[in-house]
Amino acid sequence: MAEIQNYTLNFGPQHPAAHGVLRLVLELDGEVIVRSDPHIGLLHRATEKLAETRTWIQSVPYMDRLDYVSMMCNEHAYCMAIEKLAGIDVPERAQYIRVMFDEITRVLNHLLWVGCHALDIGAMAMVLYTFREREDLMDAYEAVSGARMHAAYYRPGGVYRDLPDTMPKYQLNKFKNANAIKELNEARSGSLLDFLEDFCNRFPTYLDEYETLLTDNRIWKQRTVGVGVISPERALNMGLTGAMLRGSGIEWDLRKKQPYEVYDKMDFDIAVGVNGDSYDRYLVRMFEMRQSNRIIQQCITWLRANPGPVITDNHKFAPPSRESMKSNMEELIHHFKLFTEGMHVPPGEAYAAVEHPKGEFGIYAISDGANKPYRLKIRAPGYVHLSALDEIAKGHMIADAVTIIGTMDVVFGEIDR
Amino acid sequence: MDAILALINQNVAPAFGAYWPAVSTTLWTLIKIVCIVGPLMGAVAYLTLAERKILAWMHVRVGPNRVGPMGLLQPIADGVKLLLKEIVFPSRANTGLYLLGPIMAIAPALAAWAVIPFTDTLVLANIDAGVLYLLAVSSLGVYGVIIAGWASNSKYSFLGAMRAAGQMVSYEVSMGMALIVVLMVSGSLNLSAIVEAQRGNAWFFSWNWLPLLPMFVVYLISGVAETNRAPFDVVEGESEIVAGHMVEYSGMSFALFFLAEYANMWLIAAMTSTFFLGGWLSPVPFLPDGFGWFALKCCFIIFLFLWFRATFPRYRYDQIMRLGWKVFVPLCLGWILVVGLWMLSPLNIWK
Repeated sequence: MAEIQNYTLNFGPQHPAAHGVLRLVLELDGEVIVRSDPHIGLLHRATEKLAETRTWIQSVPYMDRLDYVSMMCNEHAYCMAIEKLAGIDVPERAQYIRVMFDEITRVLNHLLWVGCHALDIGAMAMVLYTFREREDLMDAYEAVSGARMHAAYYRPGGVYRDLPDTMPKYQLNKFKNANAIKELNEARSGSLLDFLEDFCNRFPTYLDEYETLLTDNRIWKQRTVGVGVISPERALNMGLTGAMLRGSGIEWDLRKKQPYEVYDKMDFDIAVGVNGDSYDRYLVRMFEMRQSNRIIQQCITWLRANPGPVITDNHKFAPPSRESMKSNMEELIHHFKLFTEGMHVPPGEAYAAVEHPKGEFGIYAISDGANKPYRLKIRAPGYVHLSALDEIAKGHMIADAVTIIGTMDVVFGEIDR
Repeated sequence: MDAILALINQNVAPAFGAYWPAVSTTLWTLIKIVCIVGPLMGAVAYLTLAERKILAWMHVRVGPNRVGPMGLLQPIADGVKLLLKEIVFPSRANTGLYLLGPIMAIAPALAAWAVIPFTDTLVLANIDAGVLYLLAVSSLGVYGVIIAGWASNSKYSFLGAMRAAGQMVSYEVSMGMALIVVLMVSGSLNLSAIVEAQRGNAWFFSWNWLPLLPMFVVYLISGVAETNRAPFDVVEGESEIVAGHMVEYSGMSFALFFLAEYANMWLIAAMTSTFFLGGWLSPVPFLPDGFGWFALKCCFIIFLFLWFRATFPRYRYDQIMRLGWKVFVPLCLGWILVVGLWMLSPLNIWK
């Protein structure tokens, strides 16, 4: 009699549900997964090594490209690490702007996540609905930084510039008449804060729509409840963070537990799951979006009332204003030094972590006092999550592997770095 | 028309001598087949456009609007593109079977139309065992999928073929059982007779869908599963096994699968409207019966197919099996019993 063997299936890297370039070698017994072996490195760009050969400031745009769906949060951790090393104080207004854009980023990330996760599970409408909302938030990115994705907006010591008073508007074109353009531009007639406030007022309704489609949907529940269960102990031991940890019922959120910037002044709740399955993680992330919306609203109110500087006046790290640079010798020297050799960060080491939409995103930086890092280590949450894949997916079916990859919210920019 | 026939009888018939009756029957049947398959292929082509448009509207987007006015030439452009593309043969595929797969998929989807009554007189073959013919032919479609999946010699195709075999066989069972109830109440295997049996004086409430509501639902859902449409599209399951049995196919060989899927959708729609929605019968007494009603009912069922696709996530393979065997089959068996007792009781409405 012939010996019956399990067979292996190359799931990816060119696979619609591989979320980029995941190469997953599945060992299957029929449709049941016996072993899953994620291969990483197909998107490796040597970010950590590249950072060693660039000035501190030049690496900020590289951070955008790590997790390319939550750009500003990556920058945030990097800037915080430098600030910690150099002991720079960030102006309060800049802190509020950062918190607001961190939360905008969180909503951006979760919108993409819920859309793609639902698309993987077969509910194709979700992704198109969520991208409609992402469009508005990307416009906010564009308004502050000029780029819709890779913003490079945060700077060590603050943010690049203050929030704009006007929003970019739609122009008249041959596809839309004046009335349609006027309607589209209505929310954009004021400042960025007006635009965001309008979005925050609309957003909960959109979330309700998503929940109508998914939360009580029988098929959605059949596909997610009980799939990819992680016990709280295992979640801790495997080093999971973010929604992956909170979904298992452990109340751990850096924004609450180790508040950075002005999160301690914010009024928001964090959700925890009960069963630790994909459905709980879905609920946790949906709840987080509502809370992010609340935080954005609080930031808008504060930012309206409190004008002020948005970047530190320590000109060893942040460039002086154009005006003073042109009229003041000292400032001119600072400007010249900053734009030629860059900032010199005092020797030492620092770890700074933010509650990234995917989990704890940390930057460990070692400086030897030069104008570039001696060593930069990136702690990417997705990398840790992916390493738990084998344990989570064991015994599930192929279709569940797709659910589990989706629920982990992996993005290969940060995993392969 | 008569003049043309007379002309043919005078000039062409003598050339065939005694074989003329056989030849003329064959020719005449072929012409009729073309008259059915031609418009059907048109309907299939425009169903792809309708699907893309309707899905687009449900997704708050525009859909194809570049080829021709409002995108109306899009299916033609797609067809031409697919015709011109190379058919790639994987080096380790079994060429003969690999080619046979798509043919086996589309042939039954078209052949089944022979017995579908478009109106009380307009039917290609008004045979008495129409329902049996339909069941027999439509179950052949799964061979195309299995052969294609096997011959491609790819793991994804193979998985798709295995899923297709399981799924289509299972749902044929519940479909067949739902039809048993229809046969019981109409007392005939002839499709025209089944439609006529639904004629009543309670407007559209006298059609089978209301008295046999559970069977209508079972049949409709089984139909969705039978055509491998969302939420039962695990055979293709693009986020799991990419495209299942079609993954290695390209150009026209792929298009044949595609056409077969959409022809099957029309077929299921036609069967559902024949068995449960009164075929060509008019829903209200003051309007005449006719082909228009049949077409309208088919379009309604098709719209449901598209609506399901836009709304629901995909079932997992084992959940589909559970639904088929553990829910639908017992439900059908129970309903057969209920309807049987109902027909024996004095409350029988199907006399």
